[in-house]
Order: sequence, then structure tokens, then C-alpha cells
Amino acid sequence: MKKIYKLTDLCCANCAAEIERDVQKAKGICAASVNFITQKMTLEIEEGADVAEVLKRVAKIVRRVEPDCDMIEA
Amino acid sequence: MKRDKKALVRILTALAVFVAALVLYRLTPLKSIAAAGAGWNVGDYRFYLYVIPFLAAYLIVGYDVIYKAARGVVRGRLLDENFLMVVATFGAIALLDLEEACGVMLFYQVGELFQRYAVGKSRRSIAALMDIRPDIARVWRDGVEVLLSPEEVEIGDLLVIRAGERVPVDGLVAEGQGSFDLSSLTGESLPVAFSVGDEAVSGAINLEGEICIRATKRYGDSTVAKILDLVENAAARKAKTENFITKFARWYTPIVVGAALLIGVIPPIFLGEWSDWINRALTFLVVSCPCALVISVPLSFFGGIGGASKRGVLVKGGGAIERLAVADTFLFDKTGTITKGSFEVAEVLPAERSYEILAAAAIAESASNHPIARSVVRYAPPLDHTGYEIREIAGRGVVAIASDEIVVGNDKLMMERGVAITSIERAGTVLYVAKNGEYLGEIVVQNLPKDNAADVIAALRADGSRTVMLTGDGEGAARAVAEKVGVDEYRAGLLPQDKVARMEEILAAQKGKKGAVCFVGDGINDAPVLALADVGISMGGVGSDAAIEASDVVLMHDDLSAIPSAKRGARRTMRIVRENIAFALGVKVAVLALTAFGVLGALSMWLAVFADVGVAALAIINAMRCMK
Repeated sequence: MKKIYKLTDLCCANCAAEIERDVQKAKGICAASVNFITQKMTLEIEEGADVAEVLKRVAKIVRRVEPDCDMIEA
Repeated sequence: MKRDKKALVRILTALAVFVAALVLYRLTPLKSIAAAGAGWNVGDYRFYLYVIPFLAAYLIVGYDVIYKAARGVVRGRLLDENFLMVVATFGAIALLDLEEACGVMLFYQVGELFQRYAVGKSRRSIAALMDIRPDIARVWRDGVEVLLSPEEVEIGDLLVIRAGERVPVDGLVAEGQGSFDLSSLTGESLPVAFSVGDEAVSGAINLEGEICIRATKRYGDSTVAKILDLVENAAARKAKTENFITKFARWYTPIVVGAALLIGVIPPIFLGEWSDWINRALTFLVVSCPCALVISVPLSFFGGIGGASKRGVLVKGGGAIERLAVADTFLFDKTGTITKGSFEVAEVLPAERSYEILAAAAIAESASNHPIARSVVRYAPPLDHTGYEIREIAGRGVVAIASDEIVVGNDKLMMERGVAITSIERAGTVLYVAKNGEYLGEIVVQNLPKDNAADVIAALRADGSRTVMLTGDGEGAARAVAEKVGVDEYRAGLLPQDKVARMEEILAAQKGKKGAVCFVGDGINDAPVLALADVGISMGGVGSDAAIEASDVVLMHDDLSAIPSAKRGARRTMRIVRENIAFALGVKVAVLALTAFGVLGALSMWLAVFADVGVAALAIINAMRCMK
């Protein structure tokens, strides 16, 4: 399942790269990319994974790297 | 924006306090206080008088950095920019170098603000380039006009489009006439006239009067949605350079931080002068942030993609730009790419049987959408040709069977069917026509090159590229076109699968060498070749999904001259990317080296901040040139 989120207040390109790297490794995610310029994160969630649970994990990663950053479903 | 304004106010306030303190303790008799504050004389009231104004300025401008750094530490993120700045400035404070701590923090915040502003501005201008999304759709439902979002439009809906509004979904003009502005889609600035029955492409702007269109596609399948999807997702297909830089950044920071630790500890053990070496180490920490690199490279590629889309060239990702920039072999499909999409019947031989030949051929070709077939049907007299069962044989021709059997196709088909042909070679594609096994004659069909094909080929060759034309046509027709447009080589008589084989051969020969192989086609039947090429370029807009999927570059309009210009744009983007990398790395390495040897003295911390945020801001501004 593909989901696209807007990341608000993402203000450092290196952080965006870091978020991308860590989210890619998160359980239940088969692919992830963070576009610093459009401030969008595209997630490919594994079939059969508990979506709410996966999203919670992703949100946690985003928060850890960039504490002011919010995920808004686009 | 609001956040930026607040930051600016803070910076200015802190600057005022800072300057006031500097003036007070440098130029007025209060200098004596500064002198007393020169050491940690905590027992002396003058020490506090000296320290407090600077600390106030420092906190005003830097409290959020300290807060973020502390939060980072709690969350286990030690090497972020805020933390590095705090360590560096706290170090300066500990050494009672208050002016430096304060000034560096100010400088850093100014740089951050500038960088944020530059990123925001570039992001907005790239977004503006791609601002082709229609906002509303006026739909007639039950006799009234309702405002819906384009996503809610159903196929068959009747839509009203006023002057100046965008066509929300693909459709056909049902009422009214005028002209469309397609410039944001194709880069073509001349308006395109339309009347009832013509296609209305989503994203086009209706220039005059009110018109009605009938939706033929949903928003998600419409041209505009496809373009947006393509461009927005382009950045996900990262260039090698981009991946290299992110990987590089992962190593760069820890290495510089490690070097800082070594410099701060080892030399002073032998040489003494702890404060000086720690100062140098702190400078290293400031330079260790990789942001300038990490931000400017993808931004350059994105700018390049945005700039190309302005010209009607959709580039799928930085990787495609990278390869296009070094492309040195261009393979062209002939029909529809080098030559016009339509054919014309040039000759029917033998002339005395032409009516019979054309009539038979028109029957056989009536069901086909192939441009050659259409040209024959157009040329032949209108006839009734119902009742035939028509079968197409790929790469050969067609067979039509009723009470009689008509075979129209190339020499291979005739041979297979055992029809003896008598023919001489001609400049053009030859269709042989046979009825019930008897040879009737031939139709010579010509496919003229596009007007600018020769110029474009010449431009590519002048640039040092090898140009090859691939075609399914016979030798004669192929040679005629090849000579006219001036390609280096041509390969005739290729079936679709032969083109794949040719491409594989050329790619294999190219392997290990610099350069890249481009294939240019119209996306009809050549999706596999498009996918195989280093750079697959499909022409003629977002027609076939398979072609878009397979290609790396989509030309929105049918104009070959976009190819050399796209290549120039790609090269320019790559040059800017390299400039940015060299500039950012160069400044950082220079500051690191000069600091390590202690050449810069008191200036080093300032230069370090410049190497961090200043360079990032400059690199961003440079990256914006890619959009042009």
C-alpha cells in the first residue's frame, strides 16, 4: 500500500536523508523516500502489515530526527 | 514566513545588544571592566558587568539552538548541527571568549535564516513551474452548474470552462471554439486553436470565452495528473551523485568530529596551549555539518527537472539527467520520430492497374490503425469492404479473407505466401498487393522527414554524438531517409524484437566506456527498447502509459529539437552539481586545513560558520540556476 505524507517544518536536508534511511529500515515498510524539496514522504507499506502500527513507528522516527516535524496525510 | 520574521527580529535584537556591549567594553572607559573580566574573577562584580550583556545577546539569539541541542542529546542524537554549535560556542564561553561565542552564534543564525529563505524561495519557484494542477471543475449536473474538485468528475460529465480557467480533466470540446494555452504543458508558447470535437487536454488554459467539454477520462488518468505524478516522483529516482553525497555525508561528519577530538586532545598533551587547541577542535565541529552538500545536490537536480518541465520535457529523476548529460549515442526510431507520423502514397505500379490494386489494398488495410494503412485508405476511392475477415501479421502485413483472399505486405510476406513479385528498389516503403495468390502490383508509400530532423541530427553530430536510425522499413526507404537527414548509420528491415537485439549489442559495446546510449521513439511498439536504453526518450506527450513507464524522458510535444536542448540543460545541471560539490567541499577542507595548522587565528571560527551555513546558502542560490 502506498501512502504519501507531507512533512511540515522539515528544515534540514541531512535530516531528511536520515529520516529516509531510518524509515526504510522500519518494520513493515518495503520502500520509503523523503523528498526534501516537495517536503513529502512516500511510504510503501508491506501487505498484511498493521498499518496503524507501522505509521506509529514511522512517526516516532520522524519525531526523533526532527522534533518539530509533523506528518500530515496528503 | 512568520517564523522567519520572528527569527529576524531576534537576530536584530541580539545584534543590537551585542554591538552595544562591544562598544561599551572596547571604546569607552568601561574597558577596565572588560580587563577585569578577562579571567574567571568570580569574586569581582565587574566580571559580571562584563559577562552579562554578552551572555544576554548570546541567549537571545541562540536559546532555541541550545534547546534543540539538549533535546537532541536526550533523544540520543549527538551529532546534529545544533549540538555542534552549542559545543563550539560553550567552548568559547568556557575560554571566556564571549565576543566570539556571541558573534559566531549570531552569524550562524543569520546563515540559517538565509539558508531557510533560499530553500523556501527555490521550493516555491519550482512549485510555481509545476503549477498546472486545476483547482476546480464546473460540472453540469441536473441542469445546474456545480463546483467540484477535478477528482470528482465522472467520465461523460459535461464541464463548463470559462475564459482563463484550466481544463480539469481530459475531454472533447462539446461546445464553443477558441484557443488553448498549452505552454505550461508543452513549453510551446503559441496558443492552439480548437473547435467542437477537438481534444481538450487537462491543464490547458482556455483563453477566450466560455466553452463546454465532455470528460473522457477521470482526473487520475488525465494528462495533468500523469505529468504531476511523474515530476513529483522524479526525485525518488535518485542520481548516483545524490546517493554518493548522502553516503559521503554519513562518513564525513563522524570523521571530522573524530579529527576534532584528536586535535583537541593529542597535540596539547605534547605542546601545551590547551585553550588554543580546543578552540581549533571546536572550529572543526562547526565545519563538520554536511548540510551544504546534502541540500544543494538534490536541489540542483530538482531545479534541472523543473526547468526542463517548463520547456515541455519531463525528466524522470536525477539519474536520467546524469545519463543524458553524457549521452553520446542516439538511436532514433524512424517512423513518427525522424519522419512525420503520416505517410503519403507516392506511386502505384503498374499504373494501368492502379484502381484494382488500390481497391484491394484498401479493403485489407481498412481495419488497421498503422499510419501506412491509413495513408492507403485515404488515397483509395471510397469502397464498401464489409464482410472480410482481417488478420494482421506483425512485421509482415495483412491478410483479408472473404470469398477471395487479399494479401498486402512486404516482400517477406509475399515470399511466405508463395507470390512471385517483380520489383525494383525504390525510395519509399513498398506494399505488395496480391489477390488469390496472384500478384497485382505495388504501392509505394513515402514517409517524409520532419522539417527540423536534419538540423537536429546535425546539432547532435556537431556535439560529437553518433546517430543511428532504426527502422522496420526496407533498405531503399531507409537509405533515402537516412541520407536526407544525415544520420551516421542506419539499420533497415528490423522487426520490433530486432530493435531490442540491436540495442543490446550497442549497449554491450558501450559497456565500461563513458557515455550513454539514448533511444528516441514515439512509444508505439518500442517500450522494450525505451526501457533498455540508458536514456529512453519518448515523443509526443503522455499518450501511452507503457511508453511513459518505460522511458526516462518524455517530450510533451512532437518536436525533435527538444532533444539537443534537453541535453544542454542536463549538462548544465551536472556542471552546477559539480560546482556545488567542489565549492562546498573545497571551502570546508580549506577551513579545516587552515584551522589545523592554526593559520587563521581568531578568524577561524567565523570562517567555520561560513563554511557551514554560508556555503549552504550560496550553493542553494547556485542550484537555482539549474531552473533556467
